[in-house]
Amino acid sequence: MRYLTGKPGWLLLLALGLAFPFLAKNDYQLTVMSTAYIFAIATLGLNLITGYTGQYNLAHSGFMAVGAYTVGILTVDHQVPFWIAFALSGVLASALGFFIGIVSLRLKGHYFSIFTLCVGYIMFLVIEKWESLTHGTVGIIGIPAPTGIGPLAFESPRTLYYLLFFFLVLGAWIMHRIVTSLLGRTFMAIRNGDELAESLGINLMRNKLLAFMLSVFYAGLAGGLYAGFVRFLGPGLAGVEHSFDMTMYMLVGGLGTLLGPLLGALMVPWLTQYLQFLQEYRFIVFGPILIVLVIFVPHGIVGSYVAWRARRDSLAAPVPSATAASDAVEPQPKASHA
Amino acid sequence: MDLFLQQVLNGLTLGGIYSLVALGLTLVYGILHVPNFAHGAFYMAGAFVSFHLMKMWGLNYWLAMLGSALCVAALAVLAERLVFHPLRRASGLHPMIAAIGILLFLEAGAQAIWGADFHRMQTPYTGILDLGGVTAPVQRLLIIAGAFTLMVILHLFLRKTVTGSTIIAMAQNRDGASLVGIDANKVAMLTFAISGALAAVAATLYAPINLVYPAMGNLVITKAFVIIILGGMGSVPGAIVGGLIIGFAESFGAFYISTDYKDIIAFVLLVFILSVRPQGLFTKGAT
Repeated sequence: MRYLTGKPGWLLLLALGLAFPFLAKNDYQLTVMSTAYIFAIATLGLNLITGYTGQYNLAHSGFMAVGAYTVGILTVDHQVPFWIAFALSGVLASALGFFIGIVSLRLKGHYFSIFTLCVGYIMFLVIEKWESLTHGTVGIIGIPAPTGIGPLAFESPRTLYYLLFFFLVLGAWIMHRIVTSLLGRTFMAIRNGDELAESLGINLMRNKLLAFMLSVFYAGLAGGLYAGFVRFLGPGLAGVEHSFDMTMYMLVGGLGTLLGPLLGALMVPWLTQYLQFLQEYRFIVFGPILIVLVIFVPHGIVGSYVAWRARRDSLAAPVPSATAASDAVEPQPKASHA
Repeated sequence: MDLFLQQVLNGLTLGGIYSLVALGLTLVYGILHVPNFAHGAFYMAGAFVSFHLMKMWGLNYWLAMLGSALCVAALAVLAERLVFHPLRRASGLHPMIAAIGILLFLEAGAQAIWGADFHRMQTPYTGILDLGGVTAPVQRLLIIAGAFTLMVILHLFLRKTVTGSTIIAMAQNRDGASLVGIDANKVAMLTFAISGALAAVAATLYAPINLVYPAMGNLVITKAFVIIILGGMGSVPGAIVGGLIIGFAESFGAFYISTDYKDIIAFVLLVFILSVRPQGLFTKGAT
């Protein structure tokens, strides 16, 4: 871990990300990776509310669609420049998150998840039926690519790749700052026990709401990037399947870790690429994988690794280095998420 | 007035189906405290198995319904054994995600076996009765009669038989039930079997006036969740009342407001009710 998830590990990942366009064999691989980055950004957001704060939000893809449609509608129907629309995509998702959060975060555990599942459905159905605004099932076609900034133009797949990579790195860095701050600790305290957190003087509602808004801000921005990158939008983006996909990314990598969701979001799409022949049947393989993971590796790759290392350290060292282990962002093995 | 009665009939039909699905969901929630997202997939599987039995094996409607109830009950028990049982001590998030895994698997499986197309299920009851100006397709009357008969049987089973009481005892207090010698495994399997069978019957009843396709369970299951939240998670009467509320809200909403948005009505109702009463309509305790 000192070598893999400490600073050198992150720098290695950064270098790999920067070098990827030169290693990729064709534009197609670049596109796959770029799409993975977009969903990785959204997954980072989902991990904040689910992994760190312990509230499983099933409307996450709905918020992503809100961001995407903000960009789509503003740029295509109202000729707003891309970057203004893009900034609005996160803001609008957050603003909507504020109102939905006020209502939904009063509910706990399963009730919150089911409520957000319904909210996600409402978003999907509204996008599908409100044709005058969203173009309904036809979708929005011809969304302009991100306009260039100064000397940088985002025309080729390679420059677009670097743009998305930039946002992913920025997003991951900000997330790192959030979860290692007092605020992040507050979120984790809420995850580990509502009542205990409250007795410590943590305002539950305000902090949950903040986590929720930050989380959907990531979703909204990811949606905005998705609109500018794919340049076509349909109501399907709001479908709950995408929330399920992101859940799988989180779970494969490790809930409540910073690296986990990133790894998951980058690995699973490549696995899907190799299982391409399965196309829409891929869930025949992924469904059972998800179940096996939940049963046998509930903390994901990163979470299990961190736990293993913590165990090994405590065996090796005469003084248990519990504080050192909890320095890293890892899930509490027996913490209740309920 | 006739139009009004027509909507009442539609409401009862929808409500009956929703109640059956919600009953299965609420029973499982009572025992395991897991929102079984895979329940909609059981519903879908029920419709497909019936469809398959009728089309390929030429069974009649009722035999197909029975066969599909047995198949889906077996499927549900299998899911309990393989997935939920190992996870019974896991935290709240993990069983939920595992249920999603089952859902994805079954949906993709159905698509692989039967294709993504829409199928129409034949019913032997195609007649239309005229009840004082209200046109009532026999299939709809059958749904109402079938659904409510099943509810009464379930109620009697839970209240009047020892086996049924063990389910209620488990739902009330898991440890207490174990102390008096109730086998938690048996009860869990039984509950899953009942829940699967109810879903299969509901799907087979409803399929002839709807369509059969792999994603058919998604909307129904989300509505069933709305229902059990309204009625209180784990409450049997709540599921029935909640089902009827949603059924009526939809049939009247479709008629008096807009057909386009009829699927949203249930969710808007939920959002509205939970905004006012976060603990649900009929529950007293904190959520």
